[in-house]
Amino acid sequence: MAKVTFREERCKGCGLCEIACPKKIVVIAKDRINQKGYHPAIITDQDACIGCAFCATSCPDLVITVEK
Amino acid sequence: MEVFKKTNGLTDAPFHYCPGCTHGIIHRLVAEVLEELGVLDRSIAIASVGCSVFSYNYFNCDAIQAAHGRAPAVATGAKRSMPDNIVFTYQGDGDLAAIGTAETVHAAARNENITVIFVNNAIYGMTGGQMAPTSLPNQVTQTSPYGRDVTLVGYPIKVSEMLSQVEGATYIERVAVDNVKNIKNAKKAIKKAFQNQIDKKGFSLIEVLSTCPTNWGKSPKDSLLWLEENMKKNYPLGVFKDRTKGDE
Amino acid sequence: MSEKVLMKGNEALAEAAIMAGCKHYFGYPITPQTEVAAYMAKKMPKVGGVFLQAESEVSAINMVIGVAATGKRAMTSSSSPGISLKSEGISYLAGCELPALIVNVQRGGPGLGGIQPSQSDYYQATKGGGHGDYKLIVLAPNSVQEMVDLTFKGFDLAEKYRMPAMLLCDGTMGQMMEPVLLNQGEIKTYDKSWATTGTGNHEGRNVVNSLSLNPEELEVWNHRRYDRYKIAQENDVMYEEYLMDDAEICIVAFGIASRVSKNAINQARAKGIKVGMIRPITLWPFPEKVLKKASEKCKAFISVELNMGQMIDDVRLAIECSKPVYLCNRTGGMIMSPEEVLASIIKANGGNE
Repeated sequence: MAKVTFREERCKGCGLCEIACPKKIVVIAKDRINQKGYHPAIITDQDACIGCAFCATSCPDLVITVEK
Repeated sequence: MEVFKKTNGLTDAPFHYCPGCTHGIIHRLVAEVLEELGVLDRSIAIASVGCSVFSYNYFNCDAIQAAHGRAPAVATGAKRSMPDNIVFTYQGDGDLAAIGTAETVHAAARNENITVIFVNNAIYGMTGGQMAPTSLPNQVTQTSPYGRDVTLVGYPIKVSEMLSQVEGATYIERVAVDNVKNIKNAKKAIKKAFQNQIDKKGFSLIEVLSTCPTNWGKSPKDSLLWLEENMKKNYPLGVFKDRTKGDE
Repeated sequence: MSEKVLMKGNEALAEAAIMAGCKHYFGYPITPQTEVAAYMAKKMPKVGGVFLQAESEVSAINMVIGVAATGKRAMTSSSSPGISLKSEGISYLAGCELPALIVNVQRGGPGLGGIQPSQSDYYQATKGGGHGDYKLIVLAPNSVQEMVDLTFKGFDLAEKYRMPAMLLCDGTMGQMMEPVLLNQGEIKTYDKSWATTGTGNHEGRNVVNSLSLNPEELEVWNHRRYDRYKIAQENDVMYEEYLMDDAEICIVAFGIASRVSKNAINQARAKGIKVGMIRPITLWPFPEKVLKKASEKCKAFISVELNMGQMIDDVRLAIECSKPVYLCNRTGGMIMSPEEVLASIIKANGGNE
């Protein structure tokens, strides 16, 4: 099973991870903001993650770590 | 097992880049390549002027901050002094293709054994979105408010095509970082450019099409589309010169 | 090589640079310093060094920056218009606290000017030239032997204070042939732990940089540099005094103008006029103290220069305008005759021969 973790405080909410995710489970959390004032990226369904790391590959800010 | 973690090729300093700017991705690819090739501890980064001016804070190796456009000349000095070190420049389009044209062309002509990472986002980012030598025809910028009029200010410079005509240059490729597949290809190209240097094959330049959401006035997502629809038409991806063919 | 050899100034300085451990030279052709590049092109490959003809003076100085950042001795040479182009890089060298030697074999200006000897880059060398708060060590030879000695000295002081040094010569010095002693003995070495040689070669990361967007930090950097400049001003002023013991008139001249002046002083002495000379060898740091002291007993000063009057400002400042300072000058590539200097001496002597 794959696990995606976010260094939320570094996220700028650009959403490039959201576009990259083939399972559409990485999204921008519109309901809250991080310390920088951005809506951070989150994963909605950890169990559905296939560990492709597309989100991390697309992230310009080194926010995401993927484990399998 | 970690399938994706931060490379040791970068320090942990947070990037100053705007949200969605793909400079961060390109930094990471370069850093991953340096780490994977095992050359991080003998690498010297030459930072340029523009948005990437602070790259010396991010690459986890020694660094020299060069004047606007002069990075290839500084790199030439560093490499001639330390031929066993890995010397690379990281330059934007304003830096490399306008003020630094001479330094770039002549480093290529000498087949200087350095690696040049050339980030083309068709605009001056750091100074707030002025027309770049690579801005597209009709592109609206702060200094081309009615669109780039090619009859008045000329056409964009296609760096990879131009350098492919320079006899000395070893390897010239244009890549993009607008989707996962292209990001992976970009990394392959960057790796090849550094491997060329390790193998003492000479001048390699990788032009990377990148976005500038802030100064393009677009969302990060729309910027990727704009890159796909407009940048690639003017700047087709591919290998423009490869003198290493047949060496393998 | 412990005996004297006959050499042209430009070639002697090039050989001296190599002997001083400079294995990286970057040049660009411009009269009247091209012999330096030609000598380096011939010699560097034989000593395992690097000679590179850059695409411009701008590139040449930036190549020097690249070498200097790795902690090695590097040099470039040019003449006046070329030095203007290098000024950007010189400012960066200063800002990055890098040692290097820049040679300016001056010619007449401004603009493209001429190719005859001149000293009209005095302001450019001593007051900046490039942007920002900085100084250069500026050395002014007046013989081929000093072209050699001051090349060694220039590298040494540049490394001692981590700042660029300039050898400010003129076309006459460059073209003149004189017997010289090249060997200068052991080369002093300085700490280079700041050099960008790869993290495998030192602790932590080394970054050579002149940028700070934090004004408090940039102010600290500038003060730190000026603290070192102050030490140089205390310890490394060089000058030569000629017949100053009883002098009532003091000539101040450097380079070729000092040689003409010496001749004129001898003629004046023959007439019984008590005139001497203070010859600055370091134009920066300028020999202020010795001039100030001389102003206590001299009644007049004469600044002899190949320009419209540049060093004269520093003479006036050094003596705090306490005595009249006359200007004896030629410009545009012309050199004054000893008789012209003698006429100035007589004028400074109240018209009394």
